[in-house]
Amino acid sequence: MKARVTVTLKSGVLDPQGKAIEGGLAALGFAGVDSVRQGKVFDLEISGRSADAARADLAAMCEKLLANTVIENYDIEIL
Amino acid sequence: MIPNDIAITPELVEAHGLKPDEYERILALIGREPTFTELGIFSAMWNEHCSYKSSKKWLKTLPTTGPRVIQGPGENAGVVDIGDGEVVVFKMESHNHPSYIEPYQGAATGVGGILRDVFTMGARPVAAMNALRFGAPEHPRTKHLVSGVVAGVGGYGNSFGVPTVGGEVEFHARYNGNCLVNAFAAGIARADGIFLSKAEGVGLPVVYLGAKTGRDGVGGATMASAEFDETIEEKRPTVQVGDPFTEKCLLEACLELMATGAVVAIQDMGAAGLTCSAVEMGAKGNLGITLDLDAVPVREERMTAYEMMLSESQERMLMVLKPEKEDEAKAIFRKWGLDFAIVGMTTDTLRFIVNHQGETVADLPIKELGDEAPEYDRPWVESPKREVLAAGTIAEPDDYAAALLTLVGNANGASRRWVYEQYDTLVQGNTLASPGGDAGVIRVGTGGKALAFTVDVTPRYVEADPFEGGKQAIAECWRNLTAVGAEPLAATDNLNFGNPERPEIMGQLVGAIKGIGEACRALDFPIVSGNVSLYNETSGEGILPTPAIGGVGLLPDLSRRAAAAFASEGDVIAVIGGHGTHLGQSAYLRDILGREEGAPPPVDLAAERRRGDFVRELIRAGRVTAVHDISSGGLAVALAEMAMAGAKGARVKVPAPAHAALFGEDQGRYVLTCSAEEAASVLEDALDAGFEIVEIGRVEGSDLTVEDILTISVAKLRETHETWFPHYMAGA
Amino acid sequence: MKSAVVTFPGSNRERDMMHALELVSGRKPEAVWHADTSLPDVDLVVLPGGFSYGDYLRSGAIAARAPVMDAIRAFAARGGLVLGVCNGFQMLTEAGLLPGALMRNAGLTFVCREVLLETASTANRFTAGMRKGETWRCPVAHHDGNYFADAQTIARLEGGDRVAFRYASGTNPNGSVNDIAGITNEAGNVLGMMPHPENYVDAQQASTDGRAFFESICEAFAAA
Repeated sequence: MKARVTVTLKSGVLDPQGKAIEGGLAALGFAGVDSVRQGKVFDLEISGRSADAARADLAAMCEKLLANTVIENYDIEIL
Repeated sequence: MIPNDIAITPELVEAHGLKPDEYERILALIGREPTFTELGIFSAMWNEHCSYKSSKKWLKTLPTTGPRVIQGPGENAGVVDIGDGEVVVFKMESHNHPSYIEPYQGAATGVGGILRDVFTMGARPVAAMNALRFGAPEHPRTKHLVSGVVAGVGGYGNSFGVPTVGGEVEFHARYNGNCLVNAFAAGIARADGIFLSKAEGVGLPVVYLGAKTGRDGVGGATMASAEFDETIEEKRPTVQVGDPFTEKCLLEACLELMATGAVVAIQDMGAAGLTCSAVEMGAKGNLGITLDLDAVPVREERMTAYEMMLSESQERMLMVLKPEKEDEAKAIFRKWGLDFAIVGMTTDTLRFIVNHQGETVADLPIKELGDEAPEYDRPWVESPKREVLAAGTIAEPDDYAAALLTLVGNANGASRRWVYEQYDTLVQGNTLASPGGDAGVIRVGTGGKALAFTVDVTPRYVEADPFEGGKQAIAECWRNLTAVGAEPLAATDNLNFGNPERPEIMGQLVGAIKGIGEACRALDFPIVSGNVSLYNETSGEGILPTPAIGGVGLLPDLSRRAAAAFASEGDVIAVIGGHGTHLGQSAYLRDILGREEGAPPPVDLAAERRRGDFVRELIRAGRVTAVHDISSGGLAVALAEMAMAGAKGARVKVPAPAHAALFGEDQGRYVLTCSAEEAASVLEDALDAGFEIVEIGRVEGSDLTVEDILTISVAKLRETHETWFPHYMAGA
Repeated sequence: MKSAVVTFPGSNRERDMMHALELVSGRKPEAVWHADTSLPDVDLVVLPGGFSYGDYLRSGAIAARAPVMDAIRAFAARGGLVLGVCNGFQMLTEAGLLPGALMRNAGLTFVCREVLLETASTANRFTAGMRKGETWRCPVAHHDGNYFADAQTIARLEGGDRVAFRYASGTNPNGSVNDIAGITNEAGNVLGMMPHPENYVDAQQASTDGRAFFESICEAFAAA
């Protein structure tokens, strides 16, 4: 089974890289981009578990390593 | 997947960068048509980058030996004795083409490669430098390249943990299509702990160490020797990606392993990875090598023999080990989380045999692969001499203060702080002088010794007169080491030129090497390592000829050294070498009058040496309070830099014509300051020794004043000096 | 004072730290490997600077889950002194031994330069021997030093006199909230800081201002 974990900064946490990307897009002439927030994507291949069990495991992985929950949120998708 | 037995067509041969006559040579050598993998192996071994086929004839003329030289060119890096049983190991190498395509990774892997060259020899890297050249600031690609290259150099070196202690950054439109990224590294080892690439002993295991092999850079060494054209963007997938973390682990693992006595020979997998490293180890030791590619750790599926042999995946090494130490070696690599695999064996057949999936995909004579590489005596024409411009024919500026502010505040004169603050200059805790001065200085061990490092070349001089320009690059490097009080030991050369198949470009290369050789001989400053980067051309226009010289000097007593900063109010300022007269090819002529004309300043090597030896003696005797060499921008810029560094002003007087005195770039000159009490005797000693020395003024107040010519506050100088780079990089 | 320095794969200022500790305390620090599960009998454990595991996930994130960290957590719980410098500070926040997080520098680039540090608190076991309010020279060298915590946490740090060091006189190099350069835990026995006092300790370096910090730590044990 394939799973995708997306980690993004919590709203309210300053994202200087996102700001820089926003500026870069504006400089390239893309108008109307009001805000950019950047994050990370993890693609995982998981074996031998039900989707629910995998989801629970993935949540634990996020809490323990993949995300820093002081500043980041995570989202789990089973693909 | 391309099979190994496909037909070798003329098109395929050409795509491998091999000329028809070179292919004929291959046929004659092996007496049959090569397999696809063999063709790849030949293309890697015989391209310009690995074989030096255009430059070898001339490189042989350079002086490479000296009383302190332990290892000259031909190994991963040069080795020079620094006393107390210690040696300094160093080299400079280019990563120009990859950096133009993908600036961050190109520069990062350039730094990674040179660090690996140094620790492969058994040395722990202690200092890094880089010489960077970019196109005109207003060129649309320049800012992107600057930002990526600087971040890449920093990203790799900072993580690896080596201090960057010096470098150069220059802009010129002739680099618009080819930026230059020349990376230097130096390490320290025990004289009895140097490791070489020459394999010894038959039947010994050939061990693969480090990161896994992927398809990175397949064909990279071939790319590095090809002229760019408009299809450049399509070449992107061959760029390799650096992993400084793995390299740091590889460093620690290698040094740990070397200490156990297990290593017979070691070779970095650089350009054309497994091919070049295995062939060199065997050929140097008069041994054959048999490789079993099924044992090579790979990180991609279905890799062919061709791809494995040409992969430029980074952070890999090849070693020949003592068989009885195999388990010990394996444990060390496991501890550092690195791959360790026995991938071959030394043999007595002098054949280079590559087996893959039950098939022998290559079987070639190992010595001939390297020794029989084509060597060219390419036709060359001497560069036409340029006219020596008399100062009287060159206009004075309308406003001297404005001219000086331009020279310290424009693209090529402004502070490089924006760049070097992205480099960790302090890690290891031994940095005594960080970037911004004449030379970077680091202490060595606890015995009070230090080493000085600098990298120099003035490409516009080389363009105007390759011979004098080559001499000047060596002389300036030697002078910068002297200016901090170091004894220049030896140098590494990184020769960046255009297409050598054009006689006028070949003429630049030949002229510059002749000039470098002459200066090295006159200054007893041998070349112990180096690298040649040719074909730096885009759509037929070559770069400015840029033979960058990295020099290393020794300070036996680190407390006896000098810096450029004005030290104390009232100190007397003197110029050794006399007043400036030569404005041809000067920064003044280029940046104030918009002319890149005339002959460059000539270098009197005998005078250079005598003056330098005198200045070094003054420093070591503690008789001077500041020293700075006079280079681009002349005396005025040198004084401004000394004032800014020391946050102190000066009042000086120069003779007419003031533009020649202030901005002339006559060679072999230093500004020095000494206390008022010491001044008379220093001047007298200099005159007694037959030197032209002139007292020009005093360190004084908070303005730089040239009587009757200009007054600028040091604060204003500094503001102007510090503004350009951050402002340029922040601009949209 | 007896000390130990932990080396992780990718650490690169462990030798600098050992040099400083030996110079000031007169005792050679013990070397601890990241895979060790116990600590030697020491007063102070230091997590040094560098790029542990390449800092590839987040700075300090993987090191914070290394085997040795359980021993360090237990050591801290017993009242032992734990100092994290630069990458070490990042590990301490990732390990939950200190609050907040160290984010990418506001300028986005790595920055190596000298800053002025203000000793903002002496109410902990590291800086008790320093003078509160005094400023001193210290270098920084990091890419992720921008200290961030939610308003509540910041209020708790400030209210509890737990900000040990601040960037002074407009020298904040990374955009840290409240110019925070170093903080302690509530008990005052765990300190994390971004700057590198270990690079300013001997006469041949640009400054010896970092010595006072290490001397202060030593004094805490001399007095005990």
